[in-house]
Amino acid sequence: MEFNVALFMFLVIAAVGTAMAGRLLHAVISLAVVSAVVSVVLFHLHAPMAAVFELSVGAGLIPAVFLSAIGATQRLTPETMQDRRREILQLYWSLPVIVALAALAMTQVRLVGLPTPPAAAPPGDVRTVIWNLRHMDLMGQILALLAAAVTVVVLIKELEHEH
Amino acid sequence: MLPLFLLVPFVSLLILNMLRGRAARRIAFTLVSVVALGQIVAVLWPPARDLPATEPLSAFLALGLHSDSLSQVLLLSIGIVVMAAVAVGRATLSYDKHRVNFVSVLLLSLAAMNGTVLLSDMFSLYVFVEVTSVCSFTLVAFDRTRDSLEGAFKYLIVSVVATVLMLVSVGLLLLVAGGTSFDAVANALRNGGASPLARTAVAAFVCGLFVKGGVVPFHGWLPGAYSTAPPSASVLLAGIMTKVSGVYGLIRLTVSVFPPNAELNWVLLLAGAVSIAVGAFGALRQTDMKWLLSYSSISQVGYIVLGLGCGTPLGVAAAILHLFNHAIFKSLLFINAAAVEQRTGTTNMRLLGGLGSRMPTTSLTSTIAVLSTAGIPPFSGFWSKLVIVIALWQSQHYAYAAFAAMLSVVTLTYLLTMQRRVFFGKTAAHLLETREARLGLVLPEVALALVTTAVGVLFPWIVGTFLFPLGGIR
Repeated sequence: MEFNVALFMFLVIAAVGTAMAGRLLHAVISLAVVSAVVSVVLFHLHAPMAAVFELSVGAGLIPAVFLSAIGATQRLTPETMQDRRREILQLYWSLPVIVALAALAMTQVRLVGLPTPPAAAPPGDVRTVIWNLRHMDLMGQILALLAAAVTVVVLIKELEHEH
Repeated sequence: MLPLFLLVPFVSLLILNMLRGRAARRIAFTLVSVVALGQIVAVLWPPARDLPATEPLSAFLALGLHSDSLSQVLLLSIGIVVMAAVAVGRATLSYDKHRVNFVSVLLLSLAAMNGTVLLSDMFSLYVFVEVTSVCSFTLVAFDRTRDSLEGAFKYLIVSVVATVLMLVSVGLLLLVAGGTSFDAVANALRNGGASPLARTAVAAFVCGLFVKGGVVPFHGWLPGAYSTAPPSASVLLAGIMTKVSGVYGLIRLTVSVFPPNAELNWVLLLAGAVSIAVGAFGALRQTDMKWLLSYSSISQVGYIVLGLGCGTPLGVAAAILHLFNHAIFKSLLFINAAAVEQRTGTTNMRLLGGLGSRMPTTSLTSTIAVLSTAGIPPFSGFWSKLVIVIALWQSQHYAYAAFAAMLSVVTLTYLLTMQRRVFFGKTAAHLLETREARLGLVLPEVALALVTTAVGVLFPWIVGTFLFPLGGIR
């Protein structure tokens, strides 16, 4: 139970950190941490293959796409960085408070009558799941990554070249 | 054959990006035109669907796709609107590199939209709707002007809310049904549809689709996104993309997944009626052609949702027919706006006037599209609106039927106002030198005007051949 609480807190801190990070790079790192923690949760819930996918995609591939976009942006000066931090604090000061209150409320809620979720696929069946059952999702994921890559090229890389 | 609807655009995208450089620039538009034309032929000419040469490939790549009359109508609409967007892109995008990038996004959109209308699983639907949405954001922001980036950002933020709602819904449906296939979810909802968990899941998914489709009260992002996107993207977005990512899902789930549900029908009727009114009265206040057409889209989507809310086979068939008709005449109106913008440099109606004598084809095709949108016979829009009103009347929703018929007058008012301010009357002094749009824009204008007229004139044949089978009516 303590392990779950610790994981949950770590997840929340990383998620809030993503929203409140001053630098885009820090936000991406925090987001990768969120994915890493989620993959630990998935391991803990006996879904090792889902955890591996979460780790490779959420903490690997997606940050790579973000970093390629950040690579095309300009670094903020110390003055603008300070302004940015102030702006974020003004906008999001209430976020940690809201999250803490929501977490507290969730510990008090007892959900009854929920159906049991279907069991996660055992590791041996994952190939069957991916290639025979969820192949359209795989195709969709490939298209989503291509869409992200094309978007980075269209909106950011071309701008970089034109400049 | 069905996997080819996904794989051909996908492989074309890879080929285009492997070539790059001058070769890519040369073949980009031809490649996507051939792909879209092939799609239209494959839908309209049944032997093309069952070519023996495609059988081994289909067996090897059995992606579990499913096609019925609804999918066929959507595939046809997608093919036609993509063809129109290609023509507009060819005529309006001047910088070579932009052309290749635009075609890349177009091919991705084509694969994503085709996937959306062919699959039969809630989670896969969510994934493909998201890919379609990502392509939409890119298309809106394509010009990278301040307005287009703002429009795309608003769309992105609102869309994220829809994403969360749909994902939560899929999770809940997995709990309720133990699977996410349409059949599994339909069975579970039929057997335990009244449980709070199931109702929450249905409500969340429907709300998500309302956001994606720009149905009131989730329509705030739509006018900015449509009107700030480049002309070719506006045609694609207004014509088909938001229909596929929002309205198609509503129709598909109502037909194939959700059991008959009076509460859901009540929500659809109300949302449809409010959308018609908000869109129509919003359009009345606009002074820019593209903004007016964007609000008009909200109103017309309202008609589709209203037809769906009847809960009868005729209502469903009418909604699908209006979706197709709207894809055609709204694409045509956005091409007309692109033609006006290209020749005059503006779509602000205060600065326009009397273009009818200078741009006769654009004016004529715009008139046809206006009359079709307003539901004037013999154009296609008349029949779909008439069938919607009949379906509402037959299902004893008399007030909604009267409301839909009355709001058609408001549609006619704002569209005729647009027509008068842009094309009729005396030509403004600064527009005397204006010429007809380029052939690249005139051709799709004429083609779409012919389609909307042909569907209207041939309706007595269409009603038995296509419309009734759409609703499963014998």
